[in-house]
Amino acid sequence: MEKELKYSDLVEQPISMHPKKFALWLFMVTVVMIFAALTSAYIVRQAEGNWLDYELPSVFWITSGIVLLSSVFLHWAYRSAKRDELIQLRIGMIGAVGLGIAFLVGQWYSWVALVDREVFFVGNPAGSFLYVFTGLHALHLISGVIFLIIVLISTFRYKVHSQALTTMEMATTYWHFLGGLWIYLFMFLLLNH
Amino acid sequence: MATAAVATHDTGAHDHHEHHDNFVTKYIFSTDHKMIAKQYLVSGMFWALIGGFLSILFRLQLGFPDMSLEFLRPLLGGWIDEAGKLDPTFYLALVTMHGTIMVFFVLTAGLSGTFSNFLIPLQIGARDMASGFMNMLSFWFFFISGVIMFISLFIKTGPAGGGWVVYPPLSALEQAIPGSGLGMTLWLIAMTFFIASSLMGGINYITTVINLRTKGMSFSRLPLTIWAFFLTAVIGLLSFPVLFAAALLLVFDRSFGTSFYLSDIYIGGEALPNTGGSPVLYQHLFWFLGHPEVYIVLLPALGITSEVIATNSRKPIFGYKAMIISMLGITILSFIVWAHHMFVSGMNPFLGSIFMFLTLIIAVPSAVKVFNYLTTLWRGNLIFTPAMLFSIGLVSFFISGGLTGIFLGNSAIDIQLHDTYFVVAHFHLVMGSASFFGMIAGIYHWFPKMFGRMMDARLGYVHFWLTFVGVYMVFFPMHYIGIAGFPRRYYSWTNFEFSNMYTDLNMFVSVAAIFTFGAQFIFLFNFFYSMYRGRKASSNPWRSTTLEWTTPVEPGHGNWPGEIPTVYRWPYDYSKPGAEEDFIPQTVPLSATPESNLPHEQEQVKMELEIMKEEESEVLVANESKH
Repeated sequence: MEKELKYSDLVEQPISMHPKKFALWLFMVTVVMIFAALTSAYIVRQAEGNWLDYELPSVFWITSGIVLLSSVFLHWAYRSAKRDELIQLRIGMIGAVGLGIAFLVGQWYSWVALVDREVFFVGNPAGSFLYVFTGLHALHLISGVIFLIIVLISTFRYKVHSQALTTMEMATTYWHFLGGLWIYLFMFLLLNH
Repeated sequence: MATAAVATHDTGAHDHHEHHDNFVTKYIFSTDHKMIAKQYLVSGMFWALIGGFLSILFRLQLGFPDMSLEFLRPLLGGWIDEAGKLDPTFYLALVTMHGTIMVFFVLTAGLSGTFSNFLIPLQIGARDMASGFMNMLSFWFFFISGVIMFISLFIKTGPAGGGWVVYPPLSALEQAIPGSGLGMTLWLIAMTFFIASSLMGGINYITTVINLRTKGMSFSRLPLTIWAFFLTAVIGLLSFPVLFAAALLLVFDRSFGTSFYLSDIYIGGEALPNTGGSPVLYQHLFWFLGHPEVYIVLLPALGITSEVIATNSRKPIFGYKAMIISMLGITILSFIVWAHHMFVSGMNPFLGSIFMFLTLIIAVPSAVKVFNYLTTLWRGNLIFTPAMLFSIGLVSFFISGGLTGIFLGNSAIDIQLHDTYFVVAHFHLVMGSASFFGMIAGIYHWFPKMFGRMMDARLGYVHFWLTFVGVYMVFFPMHYIGIAGFPRRYYSWTNFEFSNMYTDLNMFVSVAAIFTFGAQFIFLFNFFYSMYRGRKASSNPWRSTTLEWTTPVEPGHGNWPGEIPTVYRWPYDYSKPGAEEDFIPQTVPLSATPESNLPHEQEQVKMELEIMKEEESEVLVANESKH
C-alpha cells in the first residue's frame, strides 16, 4: 500500500520511559528524602550532646543478610520470567516474599532486644531515632511485600512472562531499593552511634 | 518496547473511545486533568475566601483595638468575650490558620494544582496526565485534608495556634495554648494528607512532562509555564518529604511522649519528663521545606506571567534560555538558604554569614527574570487584557517585595527586623500578592479554554485596579510599622507607649484590607457569571502560539479529537519579521513559512527535505512491513 510520507514523521519523538516505572522512581526519590531528612536530623541532634550510647541489636546483621538474600531470590525470579521459566519464577517469588516476611519478624526482634537493654521509644532521642528508622522502613517494606504478593498471585495466573514484565520489573526495582535502603540505614547506624 | 507500548496507547486507544460519563464520573470522581484542574480551582477559591476572611477578622482587632466586635458573636460565639473583644488565643489561631490556608491550600494547591493539571497535558500535547487515577487521588487527598482543616476551625479549643510554622515546644505541648490541643492534632493530620496529595500530584506532573510530550516538543520548545510547573514539582518532590519527616517526629513528641524536640521544660514549676530534645532541630527540618515552599508558590505564577506577557506584548519572551537557567538556579538555590529564617535562633554567626551570602545570590536569577519581563514589555504592541494587567502587577510586586528581601537576607539587619511587620510586608508582597496575581492572571487568561466563554474584561479592569492599589495600601505602610518595631503575631500593642503614633496607620491598613477583600467579590461574580453567561470564546482568543489553543473550544476527554499535533518550533514566534500574522502557532512547520524563516531555520528546512527524500523509500518499506 502507498502511504503518504508526512513531514511530521521526521520530527523526532522526545525521549521517554514507561510512565509508571518513572513514577515509581520519583516515589523512591521521596522516600530517599524522608530518610535523608531523618538521618541528617540524627547527626545534627547527636552533635548537640546528651546522647545515650547503647549497643545496636546484633539481629540487624541477620536481617541484613535476609534482605539481601531475598533480593537475590527476586532477581533470580525476574531472570526466570525473562526466560519464561515459570516454575522457577514462582519459586523465586515465594522465596523473596517469605524472606521479606522473615526480615520483618527479625526487625521486630530487634525491638525486643532494644527493650531488653532498656532502650525505649520514649526517652533519649538516641533510642527514639532507632525506632523511627526501623519502624518507618518496615512500613515501606510491608508495602513492598504487598506489591510482591500481588505479583506472585499474577504469576499463578500466567500474567508474568517475557512479554509482560512491567509489573515484575517495578516490583524488583522497588524491592532492591528497599533492601538497599535498609543496608544504608544499618551502615549509617554502625558508623554514627 | 515500553516506549512503543505508550505510543500506540496514545494514538490508538483514545481516538475511538467514546466516554459516557454520568454526573459522578464527570464532575466528582473524574480522571480528566481538565476537570481535576477545575476542582482544584474552585476549592482554591473557596479557601482563599476563608483565608481572606480570617485576615479581616484579625485586622479588625489590630486596626481597631477598642472596637466592640459584638456583631460577630453569631459567627464566632464564645470567641468574643463578655466585653465584646476577640479572644487572644483565638487571635493566634486566626493568624495561624490564615498562613496555613493561604500558603498551602490556596497558593500551593489552588495555583499549582489548577494550572499544572490544566496546562501540562494541553501545552505539551498529551491526552491526559501519566496516571489519571493518581491525579484524581491527589485531588481527593487534598479534599480530605481540607475537610479536616475546616473542621478544626469549629472545635471547642480552637484550631492550631502556634503560627503556620508550628514551632515546638509551643505546638508540641497541649498545656502551652488551647490551640495546641485537638486543633494541632487535626492540623498535623490535615497536613499529612496534604503532603501525600502534593507528592502524588508532583510525581504525575514530572512524569507527564518528561514522558508524554508530543512529537517535536523538545525541552527547548517547552513553554515557560511548563518549565515552571516542572521545576515546581521537582522542588515539591524534594522538600515535602522533609516536612513529612519533621511532622512525624512532632506527632511522636505530642502523642507518644518522645523527646525529639523537647528538653528541660518546666510548666508551673513542674519539670516535664522529656529530655535530650532540640527545638532548633525542628526549625532546620521545617525550613528545609519552608524556604523551597516559597518557590513552589512563586514559580508557577512566574511561569504564567512569562506566557501572558509574551502573548500580550506580541513579542517573543526576552531571554528564553536565561529564563530557564534562572529558574533552574532558583530551584537549586532554594534548597541551600533555609537557615536565613533562623538568624536569631542562636546559630553560629559564621554559618549565618554563609547562609546570608547564598541568600543574596538568589537576587541574581530573580533580577534576570525581572529584567526579562521588562525587556519583553519594552516596545511591545501591548494589549492590556486583564490577565496582562495582573501579570504586570506581579512584576511590580516582585520588584518591590524583592528589594526588601535584600535587607532581610542580611543577618545583621535581620536582628532588628526579625518577626516584625517588615517581614510580613516583604513576604506578602513578593510571595503572597505576586503569586496571587499570577493565579488571577492565569484564570483570566485560560478561562476561555476552561469554560469556553470569556470573562468580562471591564469588570476585570475594575478588579485589577482596586486590588492593585489595595494591596499596596495594605502592605506598604507595614514596612514603616515594622521598622518602628512592631512585632508580628501580637494581639495588641495598646500597652506600649511607642505604638500610639502608629494607631492611624494600623487603622488605615485594616480599612485597606477590607476594601481589597471586598474587591475580590467583583472577580467572583465575574467568574461565575461568565461561566454561564459570558461571551462565547473563539478557539484562540488571545492569538497565542501554544498547543492548548489548537484544541476545540471546549476540549473533551483526550483533548484533541484527531491525532495529537506535532510541534515544529518554539512557543514564542510572535511578530516574526516577514510573517503574515503576528503569531505563528507551534504546529506550523518551518517549511510552511519560508517568508519568515531565519537563515539557520532555512538551512534546517533544506536539510529536512533532503533527509525526507533519502528516507522516503526506507520509510515506505517500513510501513509496508507493519501492515
